[in-house]
Formats: sequence, C-alpha cells, structure tokens
Amino acid sequence: MWRYFLRRLGFLLLTLVVTSIIIFLVTRWLPGDVARVILGREAGEAAVAQVREELGLDDPLPVQYVDWVRGFVVGEWGLSYSTRTEILPLVTQRLRNSLMLAVVTLVLAVPLAVGLGVLAGLNEDRWVDSLISVASLSVVGLPEFVTGLILIQVFAFGFGLFPATSLISPDAGFFEALPSLILPAVTAMLVLLAYIARLVRSGVIEELKQPYVRTAALKGLPYRTVVVRHVLRNALLPAVTVLAISIGWLVSGLIVVENVFNYPGMGRLFIFAVDRRDLPLIQALTMVTVLIFAFANLLADMAYALLNPQIRLGE
Amino acid sequence: MVNHNGPLLDIDDLTVGYRQGERRLEAVRHVSLRIWPGQSVGIVGESGSGKTTLAMAVMRYLPPEGQILSGTIRFGDREVQDLSDRDMRDLWGGQIALVPQGARSALNPSMRLGDQAAEILRYHRGLSRKAAHEQARASFERVQLGDPERIARAYPHQLSGGMLQRVLIAMALSTEPALLVLDEPTSSLDVTTQAEILKLVRDLIRGEQHTAVLYITHNLSVVAQLCDRVAVMYAGDLVEDAGTRPLYRQPLHPYTRGLLDCVPVLGTTKHEVDLRPIDGQIPGPESRPQGCVFRPRCPLAIDVCETYPPLYDAGEERRSRCHRWEGIRAGELDPAQPVPARERTPPGERAGTALDVKDISVHFFERASLPQRLRGERGTVVRAVDGVSLTLGKGRTLGLVGESGSGKTTLARAIIGLVARTSGTIEFLDMAVPPKLAGRSRDIYSALQVVFQDPTDALNPFIGVGEALRRPVQRLRTEKVDDADQVVAALLESVDLSPSYALRLPDELSGGEKQRVAVARAFAPNPAVLLADEPVSSLDVSVQASLLNLLDQLQTEHGTAILFISHDVAVVGYLADDIAVIYLGELMEVSPASALFDPPYHPYTEALLASVPLLDPDAEQREVQLKGDIPSPSAKPSGCPFHTRCPRFLGDICVEQRPPWREREGGGKRYFCHIAWDDLVRQQERIFRFSETGKEV
Repeated sequence: MWRYFLRRLGFLLLTLVVTSIIIFLVTRWLPGDVARVILGREAGEAAVAQVREELGLDDPLPVQYVDWVRGFVVGEWGLSYSTRTEILPLVTQRLRNSLMLAVVTLVLAVPLAVGLGVLAGLNEDRWVDSLISVASLSVVGLPEFVTGLILIQVFAFGFGLFPATSLISPDAGFFEALPSLILPAVTAMLVLLAYIARLVRSGVIEELKQPYVRTAALKGLPYRTVVVRHVLRNALLPAVTVLAISIGWLVSGLIVVENVFNYPGMGRLFIFAVDRRDLPLIQALTMVTVLIFAFANLLADMAYALLNPQIRLGE
Repeated sequence: MVNHNGPLLDIDDLTVGYRQGERRLEAVRHVSLRIWPGQSVGIVGESGSGKTTLAMAVMRYLPPEGQILSGTIRFGDREVQDLSDRDMRDLWGGQIALVPQGARSALNPSMRLGDQAAEILRYHRGLSRKAAHEQARASFERVQLGDPERIARAYPHQLSGGMLQRVLIAMALSTEPALLVLDEPTSSLDVTTQAEILKLVRDLIRGEQHTAVLYITHNLSVVAQLCDRVAVMYAGDLVEDAGTRPLYRQPLHPYTRGLLDCVPVLGTTKHEVDLRPIDGQIPGPESRPQGCVFRPRCPLAIDVCETYPPLYDAGEERRSRCHRWEGIRAGELDPAQPVPARERTPPGERAGTALDVKDISVHFFERASLPQRLRGERGTVVRAVDGVSLTLGKGRTLGLVGESGSGKTTLARAIIGLVARTSGTIEFLDMAVPPKLAGRSRDIYSALQVVFQDPTDALNPFIGVGEALRRPVQRLRTEKVDDADQVVAALLESVDLSPSYALRLPDELSGGEKQRVAVARAFAPNPAVLLADEPVSSLDVSVQASLLNLLDQLQTEHGTAILFISHDVAVVGYLADDIAVIYLGELMEVSPASALFDPPYHPYTEALLASVPLLDPDAEQREVQLKGDIPSPSAKPSGCPFHTRCPRFLGDICVEQRPPWREREGGGKRYFCHIAWDDLVRQQERIFRFSETGKEV
C-alpha cells in the first residue's frame, strides 16, 4: 500500500512539473507581447518596458520559469494586474468558497446517487429502474442555467426558503454560509447525479451476475446482507473513482452554476481573470486547478486501492 | 432437524423449464431421484444434459426465467416449493450446502476468507464474531489447510485454486449440513490438485455418517471413485440410475454404455482398444425427438422407442429409461455403439525424423521497475521452457503431458514460431527452422500446422467455413490446385462433415464441429507435422472420442506426425506412440507409451499416474502425495526442478546437483532423476490395477 502510494505520489509530482511548464510556456507564447497584452494597445513604450522589467520578461526563459515556480511554492503569487491586489488572498478566499460548495454538493449527491443507482440495479428492467433512468437522464439533459433558474424561481422566489444569490461575506463561517450554498449545490448535484447513479447501477448489475453472489446467497444470508456486504463493496468501486475525480470539476469547473447564483467561487474568478487578461491571476488559478485535479486523482487511486485488496496488497 | 425415516431428498417427476420469449424449454424432464441420509449420489452428464439445472432446482435457486413446471422436491418431510423465503434461507447453508465450481470466482474478491467463512456460522449458529472466526479457522484445519490463521486473513487472490476450493468445502461443511451439493468442484484444477481435493472429499464423506452428497460432474471416473450411486442424465432425462458398481459393470441404458466406451482408460492404447464415439449430437431442448430422446443415436432403436419410455424399475435398486433394458441385461442385445471403421496403424515403425527439437529454451525477461532498479535489483527471468529436446518420428505421435505452468503450451508456441525461442535449434524435415514465424519459408509453415484448444477462438467468426478452408488450400499447397471448392469438399468429408458445411459460419456449428473444421484447416496444406495443443480438452467426452479417432485416421491416411499436447495422461497414453512428461519447463521422462505405465516411473510421472481418477470403481490405485503447489518458473528450484515437491526426495544431492538422464540399453524409456534405475524399480510398486480383468498396469 505504501509503495503504491509513493508511486502514485511520484506520478503526481511529475504531472505537476509537466503541466506547470506547459502553463508557463503557453502564457509566454501567446501572440503578442505579454506586457502589451496586459496593458492594452494604447500603452506607451515606457510603461511596457516597466512591466517587462517587473515581470522579469527580459530574463532567459528557464530563469523566468524557476522564478515563477519558486514564487508559487513559497506563496509569492504576485499582484493581480486588474485589481492591483495580492493574488494569494484573493484566490484562497475563492478557493474556500468553492471547497464549501463542493463539500455540500458531494454530501447531497453521494447518498442520493448511490441509493438510486443501487435501487435501479437491484430492480434491473423493472419499473423502478425505468423510472430512475428516465428521471435522472431527463434532468441531466437540462443545462445548469435552466435547472438553476427553475430552482431559484421555486425555492427562492416561490417559497422563500433560500437566497437567490449567494453573497458570502469573506469571514462568514460554514454554517452561516450554508443557506446560500444549498441551491447552487443542488444544481451541481443534478449534473453529477445521473452519471454516478448509472455507474452504480451497472456496477450492481455486473456484480449480481458474479458467482460469488450465488455462494453468498446459498449461505442462507438475508438478501440485504448479501447486497450490502458482498455486492456493494465491489459494485461501488468504479463510482468511487469517478466521484473522487469529480471533486476537481466541482472546485474549479462550476462556471455556469456560479454565474447563475452569482456565487463567489473559483469559476467566476477565472472568467473575471480571462476577461481582464490578467495573466498572473490566470497562471495562479490554472496552477491551483491543476493541483486540485491532481490531488483528486490521487484520492481516487487511493480510495480504489483501499477498497480493492488486490491493489492494496501489491499486485 | 431432518429426523424422519424416509429419504433425505425425494425428487418426484420433476420438470424444470426456462422461458425463452413465448416458448418454454424444458431443461429437465420427469426426473425422479432419491437420496438417503449419508448416501453419496453422482449425477453424470455431458453439457446440455440438465444436470446443473437439476441441482439448482433442488436448491430452489433457479434464474428468474427458470421455473419448476411440474413434480415435487421433498427435503426431509417438507416440500421445498412450499417453503417461505425465510425457511429456505435456514435450509441454505444450514441444511443444504453448495460447493461450487471455479473457486476463484465463487469467493468474494474483496473480503477476507475468514470473514467469508465466519458469516455462515454467525447467521446459522448465532455465534459471536469471535466464536465464529474461531470455528471458521477450525473448519479450515479440517480440510487440511496449513496455517489457518494466515488463510483466514488472506484474500482470494493470494491463494491457489486448490486452496480456495478447500476453503469452499470447509465453508460448506462448517454447519454440518444434511446435504452437500458439489458442482464440478475440481473442473478447473490440475490433475494432481484434483486428486488431493477428491481424496479430501472422499475422506470427509466417509467420516461424516450423516451428510449426504450430491456430486454433479461430467467426469465418469470421478464418480466411479467417489459415489455410492450414479444417475446418468441425457438431454434433460434421467436415463439410468444404479449403484456405482452395477452401473459400471453392466449399464442398462445404451447411452451409459456409449459414454463408458468413449472414455480412454488409463493405460490402454489405440492399438488395443477402440473408442466408440456416439453418433450424432445431443439434442437441444427445442429439438428433442419424439419418444425416447436417445433414439436417433441408439444402436438398439426400434419402433417401440417412438413412445416415451418410463423409468423402468429393473430391480436391485436399478432403473433404466430404456424400453429394451431386459434384453440388455440378459445379454441378448448389445447396447454398444459400432466400432468405427479404421485401419489400425502398426506401431513402432520408424521411418526417419520429422521434427527434431534440440535444447530449446524460452525465457521471458520481466524488466525491473524504476524503484527496483534504483535499489540495484535486476529484472527476473521466467524460464518457461528450459532446455527441452524432443524427437518426433515421421508418421508417429508424440504426446507431451504437463500440468498448467509446465511450459507445454509455450514450447508448442516456440515450435510454431509464435514466440521466439531464446536458444536451441529446431530441425524440420532436415531444414533449419528460424525462431520467428516471419523468418520462415512457405515450405515450413505449410508443412507445420497447428490445432488449438479452443476452436471458437481459432476460427474467424465472420469467415465462412468454405473460405476458411479454401485459403490454406490455395496459398499453402505446394502443387497447383485447379478446383479449390472440390478440395474443400473433400477436406470436409475427411473430417466427417457434409460439404454443405462450407456455406456455414462458425457460429452455426457446435464445439465439436468447429474443432473438426479446425482440424480440416490444419490438414488443408497436407502438413508433415501437426501440432495439437489440448485439441480435445474443451469437448464433451463423446465428442472427444470421435475427434481422437479422427486424428488417428487422418494420420494413417496422410502419414502426418503429430505432437499432441495435453494435461490428460489417459488421453495422451491412448493416442501417442511416445510420451514426454514436462514439469516446470523441463522434461522429466520420455517413454514409449506402452512402457509409461510400468515401473520405473519418474517420481513426478508416478504422482501424475496416481492422480488420474480411474473409470473402474474397484480398481486399486496407490496414493502419492505431492507437497505444495508448482513453483513459479521465475523462481525455479535449483538442482532437480521437482525436488521441492518430490515424494522420493533424497536430500542435498537433489537440491544441489542436476540429475542425470537414466536409461537402459536398447532404447525404451529414459528419465531425469538421481535415483538409479534398479533402485527405482525396487522401490516402486505398480501404481494401479484394474479389478475385472485383473490386468496390471
């Protein structure tokens, strides 16, 4: 297990190095001068030269890269060009919000998706299964801005249960922010739900066919025990991997959902940064996103190994 | 719980069907069978006989589309169909336990074996977690699993198939059930492992006075060695049911007779005994003939057979579903299938060498991973084949016997050129054969053909039989072929298929027919050598018999030399002129078939021969116990590769020194062992002897 973990960790570090190089080079090789991209077309030569100097753009590329990586690691992420403020607190604030949203989404999505998937799988081709499949597929077919707007209409304006927009003050605690999190989380959950439920369903159907299920049933164990103790452990494996990987998407990919609810998360900051051509901010955000995806992947691998003794105990 | 005086299991006129669309196909028809407490009953049948459906119906565990259409199953004094689900669960595992086949897939891959064994005790005995685990470990000990502590903590992938099968048996017996159902528990195991499991089951059956056993198998020999009674099934019908001895001595149904005549008996050869295949095929549930189901294939069929025969009571606790059983018993009628017309090849004619394999090795290198290399470790070498020399005479058959992991298939692949050999030479009709297929001339590969184990994998499903045969005829024959279609038709006829088969796709053929096509394809370019890698292993025994006859017949006609590779000593012994025994990539013994069964035996051969279940229930067979499992070819033992398991282990010499080849002047057998010829002859009794004929082997 340890060996496996270390090997995965090694791969993760390698991935980070490679992607950081790509991110660095892409921002350097964008058409046009970086300083000009930042300052806009009308900027004077002197201003451009000053920005070049500030950014160290006249140094050789490897030096620039090492400087940039060192800065990222020690937390010197520099200034945002559009807000003229430190990037680090800006990003961590948004990251916190996004993580809260991801956690709430998963807490809602996992039990529901697994429950529906198992229910459908155990009743393959019966009406329960068809109902779940049709319902979840029709929900997943709707884009987030449609489901989000419907939810706002019904639960914010209709019943007045939750706020329509998510104004989370920077120092609000998790429970203070919770009401604002529910509607965006439900919207994001609906995207994941059908996918994961189907994965669980096919996992259950596949495992039910395995001979060991017959062995367990013919031990005389109650049906519930056979399902919970024998079938689920193996049937949930593929879903666990997908869930862990989806954390990356939940943290930094919820652009549409965040926009619908005006949610101050990573996604909207991304849009903002791209809009303003704020290269240092884009770089920082991209690196954070890569980090999150990488760790989500590591988490997926470890969860898979934990549940699968063949990997845990070495091949 | 089952304390009444009647039979433990009473199946009465049971018919089980499967829904298939609108139709209902009967998989089991009008079966009646009783099992008394403590009795062991074998159910024997080929695929499609309905034996597994019957067993699952007894356990009331049919798939959703399966259904009991009529008849009753009584377990003790209760009717199984009337029980509530809750009562049924008390029966399962508590009163009736199943030992399934394919142990690896029958156990949960992500649960520790101790937990899997303990849960049955917790549920049925209401034991605490701790007590259940203790009992589970005790049950492991009972099936002679060493170190039960370790087994209990292990996951299935950490143990060998034989050990897992023991775990399943331990689990099934742990609640002391009244009925134990064994469903082909040894079908995926090697013969030496199978022998250990069978011995275990036999000892357990004899030790348990109260557990009755229902043993389901296709293997007539296993039942002969294990069961008190045998029921024979054919196409859903129970055709005969009798005590084991009377059944094997004088079957009262022509199908039983036919089956027995299809099994190559260990120690017999094609020169002394004919296999008599049963003509035709077992009918599916949608195409059963009117009247007796065996009628179209029966040598005794007459008009009366067009009415469905009842299960006649033939006295002496025997029953037969044949209208003519009285005639058979009186000896007036001969239920045997006709002897196939074939020329018997005179043995021992040596007309030069067809294939000469010298000192061949196939080593695979497993490269070290990066961390391993950082620690200074090198990759491992897997010695799949390690210095094997073989000579195959023109027109002769050389049998190569080995268990899984012995390297027999790798050797075959190296000869064909599918894997490149690491060292050694192959001479083929005095031509040097390059290691890889790509480097070989057309002459070589048209004259060196192959038949694989699984014909379904070997035939392209989208290419018709005719096309599959036409290609090698046109491309590989040395002489020019004018009318390929005519040659194809002749080829089909030579494997006893009608020329109309040319129009079919592989999917439209049965397993036996596909293998016939594969054989026809191999013979299309008139090869000088045929490599047959387990060509009959996936076939039912009656189909196997006809294929063995076919290979023999084609060999006689074409003078083809055959390298016949198999795990089955009886089949190899029957067909081959010479036999080579391979273990861990090295030959242990090479012997003329006629001498293989006489001492001295190489200790490994001795163990192999002692492991084969014999068809004769009264045969005496010496027991030979092998230690442990076959080692990995990547960690081959030093000295003699067999020393880790050898029952005749001498000591340091076997560990430190390579044994010599020992033989007698004038040819005959030779073996690879430190024990000298005369010593071995003195130590070894004959391994088995048959009862009826008193024939010693």
